[in-house]
Amino acid sequence: MNFMESVRIAMRSLSANKLRSSLTMLGIIIGVTAVIAMLSIGRGAQAAITNQINSIGTNLLYIRPGAPVQNGVRAAEGSAATLTMEDGTAISSVSNVVAVAPEVDSFGQMAYMGNNTNGRIVGVTPDYLNALNGSVADGDFVSSSNVTARSAVAVLGAGVAQTLFDTGEPVGQSIRINGQQFRVIGVMTAQGGTGFLNQDNQVFVPITTAMSRLSRGGRFGAGNSVQVLNVKITGPSAQTQVIQDISQILDQRHHVVQDDFTIQSQQDILNTASQVTGTLTIFLGGVAAISLIVGGIGIMNIMLVSVTERTREIGIRKAVGARKRDILAQFLTEATILSLSGGIIGIILGALIARLISGIQLGSSSISTVVDPDAVILAVLFSAGVGLFFGSYPASRAAGLHPIDALRYE
Amino acid sequence: MPPVLQPVIQIEDVKKIYKMGEVEVPALNGVSFQIMTGEMVAIIEPSGSGKSTLMNIIGCLDTPTSGKYILDGVDVSKLTDDQQAGIRNKKIGFVFQQFNLLARTPALDQVELPMVYAGAPDRRQRALAALESVGLKERVHHRPNELSGGQQQRVAIARALVTNPSIILADEPTGNLDSKSGAEIINIFKTLNRDRGLTVILVTHDPTIAAQAQRTIRVRDGLVVNNGN
Ligand SMILES: Nc1ncnc2c1ncn2[C@@H]1O[C@H](COP(=O)(O)OP(=O)(O)OP(=O)(O)O)[C@@H](O)[C@H]1O
Ligand SMILES: [Mg+2]
Repeated sequence: MNFMESVRIAMRSLSANKLRSSLTMLGIIIGVTAVIAMLSIGRGAQAAITNQINSIGTNLLYIRPGAPVQNGVRAAEGSAATLTMEDGTAISSVSNVVAVAPEVDSFGQMAYMGNNTNGRIVGVTPDYLNALNGSVADGDFVSSSNVTARSAVAVLGAGVAQTLFDTGEPVGQSIRINGQQFRVIGVMTAQGGTGFLNQDNQVFVPITTAMSRLSRGGRFGAGNSVQVLNVKITGPSAQTQVIQDISQILDQRHHVVQDDFTIQSQQDILNTASQVTGTLTIFLGGVAAISLIVGGIGIMNIMLVSVTERTREIGIRKAVGARKRDILAQFLTEATILSLSGGIIGIILGALIARLISGIQLGSSSISTVVDPDAVILAVLFSAGVGLFFGSYPASRAAGLHPIDALRYE
Repeated sequence: MPPVLQPVIQIEDVKKIYKMGEVEVPALNGVSFQIMTGEMVAIIEPSGSGKSTLMNIIGCLDTPTSGKYILDGVDVSKLTDDQQAGIRNKKIGFVFQQFNLLARTPALDQVELPMVYAGAPDRRQRALAALESVGLKERVHHRPNELSGGQQQRVAIARALVTNPSIILADEPTGNLDSKSGAEIINIFKTLNRDRGLTVILVTHDPTIAAQAQRTIRVRDGLVVNNGN
C-alpha cells in the first residue's frame, strides 16, 4: 500500500468523525499557537535589543573600573580602582582608536515649568557624539569650551524634550536638573529603544559640570574619576590589538600587573544580551510546548478509542490481505494528519496573534514580535513528531491485532 | 475446464484448542482431508462443531494448535504473519456469514480494498467488472446500509473474486439470507467453479445447499466422519 493510499484512507476516516477530529486537532492548534506566539515575543525582544545595541555602533569598546568578573568572581581584588580623564587622554593615542569619550552617569529629575521627568544624566565631552554615533536634531552638543568652563548647559534626549516642552522650542530655555539651573543648548535626534535601552530619556551635560555641580551625595564618585571610557575604534579587525595596547597603557599608568579595569566590546554586550533573551525565548517556548504535549495526549486518547471502535474494520482489512505495516501506516498517518494540520493551523493563528499583540504598550515599553522561519519549521516538525509519537502506541495496538479476534470483536 | 487431480489443500491431523484462561475448549480434534484444484466441496456439520474454526485455518486467518496445513504445496504454519496476509490477499477469497463489509463505505471501495493492499493497477475497472459479474452493476455506489442482505453478500463475493484468487472460502454464506437470495448466491459459486475453474469450499449445515456441491465432507465433534470420497 502506498503513501497516498494511507492518506486517502486516513482522510476518509477522519472526515467520518468531523467533530471528534476537529476537537482532537484543537489541542494541537492551541499548543502550536501558543508556541509560535511565545517564540515570536521572545525573538522580538531579542531582535529589538540586538538592533538597539547595533545602532550605537559595533566599533565601540567600554572600559570600566574594576577587574573583570569571571564566573561571578572578580579576578583581582584591587584597591578602589578608578579611571580618570587622564587615562582617557592617554589611550586616545593608541593606533586605530578614533575617539575616546569619558562618561559619568546618574539618575535624576529634570523639570521645566510644571513638567518634570526622571532620566539618566550623562556627563560627557564633545567626543561622545562621535563615539556613540549620536546626532543633534536642534541646537548644539556639549562643546570643549563648555567642558573647560564647567558650563551649566544641557542637551536633551528627544524623550526628555518631548516630556518637558511638548511641541515648544527647548533650545535657549532654562530647566532644572536635580534642582539646579541649566540652559538647554540642544536636543538629540530620537533613537528609539524600549525599557532599559531607551536612549531618548536622558540629558547630556559637560562632564566637568557633572563632576563638580551634580556630584552631591557621591553620585558621580570622587574627583575626576569617570565611570566609563567609551572608545571608538576603526573596525572589528583592530579590536584585539587595541584592547591589548590599551591594557598595557592602563596597567602601566595604574602600576598594576593584573588589570584593575574591564574592557568590554559591543560584541560582548550583544552576546550577554542575546544569551538573556535566548533563555527567555526558550522558557516561553517551553511553557507553551507543554500544551502541545497535552494536545498529543489528546491525540493518543482519541486514537486508542478509534482503534477499539474500528477493531472489526481492522479485522476485515487483515482478512483481505492488509499486513501489519499497512495497518500501522494507516493509523500513524491518521495521527500525523491530525497533528500536522493542527500544527499548520496553529502556526497561522500564532502568527496572527503575534501580529495583533505586536506594538501593544506594556508600561514604558512596547511588545515587538518576530515570527522567524526557524520557529515555524520547529513547530511543523514538532507537531508531526507529536502525532507520530502519540500515534505509535495506538497504531501498533491496531497492527498487532489477531485477524480472527478482530473480526469477532463485538 | 478439465479436472486436474492435484491437491490444493491438504489438512493433516489438524487440532485446534481454544484457551479461555484455564479452560481448554477443543474445537478440532485431528481433522484430515484433501481438496483438489477446481473442486467444489461442501463441509457440513452441526452447529458449534468447528466449521468456522476450520475455515479460518484454511483461510490463513488462524493457525492450528497442531497438525499440518499445506496450501499449494506450502506449509502455512511456517509462514510469517505478513506472508499469511499475502496469501489471504492473493490466493484466497473469503466470504463470511456476517458479510464483513466496511461500514459506511460504497460497494466499489469495498471491492477495491484487496487490490489496495496488493498494489494492483486498474483497480476501478476491475472492481466494476467484479461487481458486474455478481449482478450489482446498478449498485456500485451504495453503502452496506443501502443494500439488501443478498446484495451485501454479493458485494462480499465480488471483493473475494477481484484479486483472481484460486480458492473461494465461504463460511455459511447463506446463513443470514432467505432461501431465494441464498439460492442466487450458491448459483454464483457454481458458476465461478464451472466457468473459471475456481476451487470453492462451502461450509453449511443445510443439506440442500451441500447437495449442490460435487462432494461433501461431513464433520462431527471436530472429526471428519465422512470425506465424501
Ligand atoms: N475464540 C474462541 N474461544 C473459545 N472458544 C471458541 C472460540 N471460537 C470458537 N470457540 C468454540 O469452538 C467451537 C467451534 O466453534 P466454531 O465457531 O468453529 O463453530 P461452528 O461449527 O462454526 O458453529 P456455527 O455453525 O454455529 O457457526 C465452539 O464450541 C466454540 O464455542
Ligand atoms: Mg460458524
